[in-house]
Amino acid sequence: MRLRVHHETNYSYDSPVVATYQMLRLTPRAHDGQRVISWRVQTTHGHDLPSFIDGFGNIVHCHALNRRHKEAKILAIGEVETFAGDGIVRGAAEPMPPLFFLRNTALTMPDRAVETFAREVAGQLPPLAALHALMGTIRARIAYRTGVTDAATTAAEVLEKGCGVCQDHSHLFIAAARVLGIPARYVGGYFWPAADAEPYNAAHAWAEAFIDDLGWVSFDSTNGVCPTESHIRASVGLDYLGAAPVRGVRLGGASETLSVTVMVASIDQ
Amino acid sequence: MLSRTAESLFWLTRYIERAENVARILTVGHRTATIAHSLGNLGNEWESTLRAAGCEDGFFERFEAATSATVIAYMVFDADNPSSIYSCLEAARRNGRAVRTALTVDMWEALNQTWQQLRTLDQTSTLEHSLIDFLDWVKERSLFFNGAYTNTMLRNDAFFFTRLGTFLERADNTARLLDVKYHILLPRDEEVGGALDYYQWQAILRSVSALRSYHWIYHDRLKPWLIAELLLLRPEMPRSLRASLEQIARHLDLLADAYGGRRGECHRLAGEMYARLRFGRIEDIFPAGLHEFLGAFLTQTAQLSNEINVFYLK
Amino acid sequence: MMGRETQAAAGHSAGFDEMHHAGACRAPYEIIRDWLEGLPPDFLLRKHAEAELLFRRIGVTFTVYSEGGDLERTIPFDIIPRVLDADEWAFLERGLRQRVRALNAFLVDIYNGREILRAGRIPQAPILLNASFRPEMQNFTPVHGAYTHVAGIDIVRLGPREFYVLEDNCRVPSGVSYMLENREAMTRLFPGLLGHHRVAPISHYPEELLDTLRSVAPPHCPGDPTVALLTPGIFNSAYYEHSFLADEMGIELVEGADLFIDDNIVFVRTTEGPRRVDVLYRRVDDDFLDPLTFRSDSTLGVPGLFGAYRAGNVTLANAVGTSIADDKSIYPYVPEMVRFYLGEEPLLANVPTFDCGRAEDFSYVLSHLEDLVVKEARGSGGYGMLVGPQASAAERETFAARLRARPGDYIAQPTLALSTCPTYVESGIAPRHVDLRPFVLVGKKIHIVPGGLTRVALREGSLVVNSSQGGGTKDTWVLETRC
Repeated sequence: MRLRVHHETNYSYDSPVVATYQMLRLTPRAHDGQRVISWRVQTTHGHDLPSFIDGFGNIVHCHALNRRHKEAKILAIGEVETFAGDGIVRGAAEPMPPLFFLRNTALTMPDRAVETFAREVAGQLPPLAALHALMGTIRARIAYRTGVTDAATTAAEVLEKGCGVCQDHSHLFIAAARVLGIPARYVGGYFWPAADAEPYNAAHAWAEAFIDDLGWVSFDSTNGVCPTESHIRASVGLDYLGAAPVRGVRLGGASETLSVTVMVASIDQ
Repeated sequence: MLSRTAESLFWLTRYIERAENVARILTVGHRTATIAHSLGNLGNEWESTLRAAGCEDGFFERFEAATSATVIAYMVFDADNPSSIYSCLEAARRNGRAVRTALTVDMWEALNQTWQQLRTLDQTSTLEHSLIDFLDWVKERSLFFNGAYTNTMLRNDAFFFTRLGTFLERADNTARLLDVKYHILLPRDEEVGGALDYYQWQAILRSVSALRSYHWIYHDRLKPWLIAELLLLRPEMPRSLRASLEQIARHLDLLADAYGGRRGECHRLAGEMYARLRFGRIEDIFPAGLHEFLGAFLTQTAQLSNEINVFYLK
Repeated sequence: MMGRETQAAAGHSAGFDEMHHAGACRAPYEIIRDWLEGLPPDFLLRKHAEAELLFRRIGVTFTVYSEGGDLERTIPFDIIPRVLDADEWAFLERGLRQRVRALNAFLVDIYNGREILRAGRIPQAPILLNASFRPEMQNFTPVHGAYTHVAGIDIVRLGPREFYVLEDNCRVPSGVSYMLENREAMTRLFPGLLGHHRVAPISHYPEELLDTLRSVAPPHCPGDPTVALLTPGIFNSAYYEHSFLADEMGIELVEGADLFIDDNIVFVRTTEGPRRVDVLYRRVDDDFLDPLTFRSDSTLGVPGLFGAYRAGNVTLANAVGTSIADDKSIYPYVPEMVRFYLGEEPLLANVPTFDCGRAEDFSYVLSHLEDLVVKEARGSGGYGMLVGPQASAAERETFAARLRARPGDYIAQPTLALSTCPTYVESGIAPRHVDLRPFVLVGKKIHIVPGGLTRVALREGSLVVNSSQGGGTKDTWVLETRC
């Protein structure tokens, strides 16, 4: 399936900002499940942004705006061809060994409740089945609700609240998988909800877990599916912070108004 | 050089100069209060002292009345008063420490020794028994530091910024000192009135080490008119506004030359302020109001400091 | 202030004395003996007082953090030098070069192909799950493969030919300013003494450091590389050293806010406008370098710095991620690194180390607490440690509880009889325990200035040489002659 993505992020400020610095992980790379036909990342103020490939294999654009501004824009646009598969990620750049992804971060550190949750859901199930059970249980137990969590909400808090967005589902899935001794990681990307579904106006996130005989397997707890050709994979990391589409700081400026528009359309005819 | 380094050097010498001026102002305050007392006149010397140091607002937020004990304590050792001698010397050392690599060894040692001695001082005993000695010590340390930097620094941009700090602060302080006494200034050719006035004027001149200079230049009895001229317009008087602005304009020019001719609003403003003092006449300033003149000058000095900041230090 | 604790400890305080051994004065110390014998009474007392004044006047201080506010202190300086002869130093130097080459080879490998893990010479988990292992560095090799541009290797001595490495300081080792100031002080206090003996000079260290830093400038940096020293600021305990080194090298001492990134290039704000920086000798920890990559709440760093680094537009010294090489849980594997990467037998031995994260080691440690020194695998400053032989039963019990709670956070080492050197103390001249931190510079080439910083435990019988724990320092002489 050919998917076209238009991802626009607009910032505006009440009083001028002296400078803005950002790292952008917004660029999909090829693996067996997707082929990038065209892609560009740009900002209103700049020319081509410099970039590098980070330790996880993500393409990272570096954005620095060293003059006073009251508005800033980031635009990611492109076309990706996706292929239906079994949810197993093959042929991706894999600089880090799976064992590394057992490491926890502040966002994924389990508490007693998360540990119990993971063990109860997994029971005596073999790894793959346990992961499917985790995905199903998270989808059932953690209602999708925006505005109740933020970028700093931890996996443990998500379990306690019982609701959240895709980022929260993913953190809980990752934390629980790691409790079970299964390497797991965070994936940032895009999702096409189907032609007749309501448009999904947000960047999407899901998780991947490593199973010895299979490799990295994707789990989208928000939608309760193993990612399909509706998913475009753009970044991976230990957690949201490591895979965040935009990580930035600004100097000066009062309150910020942020608007994000994501349009994913199928252009198959 | 680093903008931050220049900024620290600029503030380092501003604080040193301010510490010295506070010491000078307190010496005057102490002297005039003593004289007033002996003449049976209980005036408001201590309020004037606070005003001359520019810290009356902060003071009256915390104290009801300006007595010798409260004012002296507030202006000497009070760490919560940013203009106290203690705070100034602390801030000077902090700025110096932040840019130690830009200081000569002599500068650093002068600064560091001052601080080490100050912080180990018995404050209560100093206030009670040796205030005047202490104020003299502050003046000496400032003169010592100024000598250290004047005689050991390379004549490059670092020196120019250091100089700017000294003279900008000095201009500000001399203007304040004079402004405090504007209300007792008398018309042209009038001699100083009563004994109290006389001693007040004498004390002001002493505070800027200019009593002898006055006699040397004017060969005359103390006349407010001439004293004002001396402190505003005379080029030979090292603490006059004119001498200070001449130095400021000169060092801004030297900076511009060092940096390939780049000039900004700070250069224009300094030039304008200097020209006004250079070509100004005391007989024009007086009728228009000395207080107004000094008020405008202080506003412009603050503006100049800001322009220097924007152009070089950020 | 000097980074991490150096503590070996001895149950019996009578270690090898570097001056008096087997009933005679050892040859390297004959000059010290002759000097001390010829001194008038009270001379040392006077010089001791002079030395203290000197250090205070120059402003050599470090900061001790305490509840009553931060205090600036001077580190006690002992006026009797420690002496090594040419042969002893030659051996140490060979051993240090070898060890530091291996550590750098390890870092290149661990952030690229990880051959040493594939070969099973080091287990994977202690590396990959270690917070000191920085995934951000994966597939990035700094210029000339140099990670530990400045390494401080802590050496203890147990006998005439027995030198052990106590720990490797690969991230931001400090203390070199004390090494230099100590020599300077000796020269001022005893002009005759140094003049009469052939002691290897060390005052060129700042030049060597600058050469090292310039040698690792990005290959395509335009013109002469601009080097700057990045400090966390005046409140850092080692700020004196930062300003001292910047001054000696004639480079700018910058703070995070002095720098900014534009188009992945690092610039410094100057009174003449922005100027490009090519090499940053940074004394800021990895965590605080760049809020866009590491700790988001850091204000000490420069947003976007890591992007410029990975793009190869700036060199950071030491490199990011070096701390995996000096993590105490990795220390036991350093001899294996020497064998694996260099195909050589290590010249400098490790102190035997028990990893409390391993069950069999842990039970041994618990049952032998009275003989062992237990330290945090990632602590600093000598605070989180137990010196078994000197602790009370109650202290050992308390520590054992902490140990049981998080065994993986601790390592343990046998108590070692650290060597002693004659030291000027209140009661006169007496032996006190010492260690040695030589500074190894790694750029295009490896360079070591002879000697290092000798730290001395001033309290009788004490084995803790940390400045934060009452330790002092000595000038360290490497004789240019053999004895």
